[in-house]
Amino acid sequence: MNGNLAFVFGLPLAVVVFFFAFAAYERRAGVATGPGFFQRNGLAIGLYLVVAVGFWAFFIILLPQLAMVDMSFRPKLPPSQMGGPKDLYTLENYRYFLFGSTTSTEEWNWLHIKAFFLTIGASIAITLLNFAICYPLAFHMAQSATAARLRVLLLLLILPYWVNEILRAFAFRVLLSSGGIINQMLMGSGLTAEPVDFLGADVGLYAGLSYAYLLMMIFPLYNAIESLDKNQVEAARDLGAPWWHIHAFIVLPHAKPGIASGCTLVFMLTAGALAAPLVLGGPRTLWFTPIVYDRFYQAFNWPQGAAYAFILLVSCIVFVLVVLKAFRLSLGEITR
Amino acid sequence: MNPGPFQRVMFTLYTAVFFLYLLGPLAVMAVSAFNTPQYPQVWPIEGVTLDWFAALFADRDMMTGLRMSLWIGLLVVCIAVPIGLAGAIIMTQIQPRVRSLYYLVVVSPVLTPGIIIGISTVVFWRQFTGQTGTRFLYDGVVLTVLGQASFISAYCMLIILARLQRFDRSQEEAALDLGASYPQVFRHILLPFLKPALASAAVLAFLSSFENYNTTTFAILSDKTLTTVLAGRVRQGSTPAISALAVVIVVTTVIGAIAYEIYKRRADAAAAARQRAALEAEEAEMSGTPAAAMG
Repeated sequence: MNGNLAFVFGLPLAVVVFFFAFAAYERRAGVATGPGFFQRNGLAIGLYLVVAVGFWAFFIILLPQLAMVDMSFRPKLPPSQMGGPKDLYTLENYRYFLFGSTTSTEEWNWLHIKAFFLTIGASIAITLLNFAICYPLAFHMAQSATAARLRVLLLLLILPYWVNEILRAFAFRVLLSSGGIINQMLMGSGLTAEPVDFLGADVGLYAGLSYAYLLMMIFPLYNAIESLDKNQVEAARDLGAPWWHIHAFIVLPHAKPGIASGCTLVFMLTAGALAAPLVLGGPRTLWFTPIVYDRFYQAFNWPQGAAYAFILLVSCIVFVLVVLKAFRLSLGEITR
Repeated sequence: MNPGPFQRVMFTLYTAVFFLYLLGPLAVMAVSAFNTPQYPQVWPIEGVTLDWFAALFADRDMMTGLRMSLWIGLLVVCIAVPIGLAGAIIMTQIQPRVRSLYYLVVVSPVLTPGIIIGISTVVFWRQFTGQTGTRFLYDGVVLTVLGQASFISAYCMLIILARLQRFDRSQEEAALDLGASYPQVFRHILLPFLKPALASAAVLAFLSSFENYNTTTFAILSDKTLTTVLAGRVRQGSTPAISALAVVIVVTTVIGAIAYEIYKRRADAAAAARQRAALEAEEAEMSGTPAAAMG
């Protein structure tokens, strides 16, 4: 217990001390010039900077993540036994994800494994779909729209995003339910005799997810394409390049950071979406986040929930790394 | 630069479909808020009513949740904007060799799924408050504010950083040469320069906090915010009162956006007028006799 606390307070302290030692070393080695940190900011402001950023980086970001990872490797125990002799590191929570039992490894936990891969696969598909939907409009906005038109387009784009995620998902439920307007139109036109069960077939879920994060794709794309010099496109056209050459060899390479950033954001938000699956999913819907949620608040097994959350986190990190590698970019380039 | 008529028609069609997809669902929902049937229905319109708005405002849980959301939003602004500002300033001062590591750490919450932030916040603070005897801090509001602050501070930092990078260092040097101390430069030069970025960071922080669900649903513990109450209502079943809430939010935002636009145009016009007046005064001075100008 006290070892824990020593770590919680010791780590930030050690890092801060290291930073100042490093700065002092650089100063002595002559790498750094100019005034020192506290000389530069004054004592009060310097302290504010260090404390604010230290609190943020450690107590809000790093230590909670570490605590979650730590918990995922521990068994589920009543509070009285925590830190006791039974509180040993174990892989049982991960074993449960794979085999549906904390001890036996005979049968695979297909339900959770399927939900996990379906979530990842569907998130990738939705990301690609959103890219395809948004690219033409982003290109138009960035390269050929007039200023007045651009203002209107931006306003129309932003408007739906003032409405929160749950309400956006709810709108799709109103739209696609068996008595909803789409089914009324289908039946009215005689295309189907019975209402189509969009929600049971997860069409509603996928449409709602794609819809929910459209803006996260279009703005990075727009920003990236906007910085492309119009003359380049013009020159290529004058030299007789067909339209797809212009996109494939000029616009897309230039917009690479924007594409990577849009794709990362959309993937991450989709894979981690909780509102849309809750509102639009049926009882048989497979999606990973509601399973994580249920580990906590239905099964009351926090270590297991932490393990599931960590699995999701690792897959998101892997996705970001793969995208960065594929586009040959650094993290700084995509988080603008 | 001349797309053929076929291309133009295709593009117009595409834009129309795009915005139908984007705005159609909301329009449909808005219509259902004014229709009488119990279940949100668009067509046929059986009667126009405002009852669903009355039902919405009579929903006590929803109103308590709304107050809670506003309160949390304000607290998040008070925490995330100062942290974001500190984060941005440190970014410009930190040793170049560790800058990318620092960047990775503070930007990581933006790329972390919201539920993971919520879960890790609860797990850590449950342990921490238990061990330090500060159990009173293990509270839904505190945890939600901390959880949301992790990524909202990063948004604020990115906004402030974008403006900070355009800061003209020579202004700072001039002030220092004229005898200002570093804290004075911070207060009288850097902060006023960053004011627009701080304002937009505050607005963004409030809105992101207000509409957040994924982090909040874990971190809020037994309390309720507007989004968590709403999620409960939506899971229980569909009622047009939920559509009415969406209408209220959209109308409020549109009014806010228009008010902001008018305010900005006025401010721009006033600034332009000031500039014109200054130019005219200068011209008058220049064209006048040297003696008059001297006097």
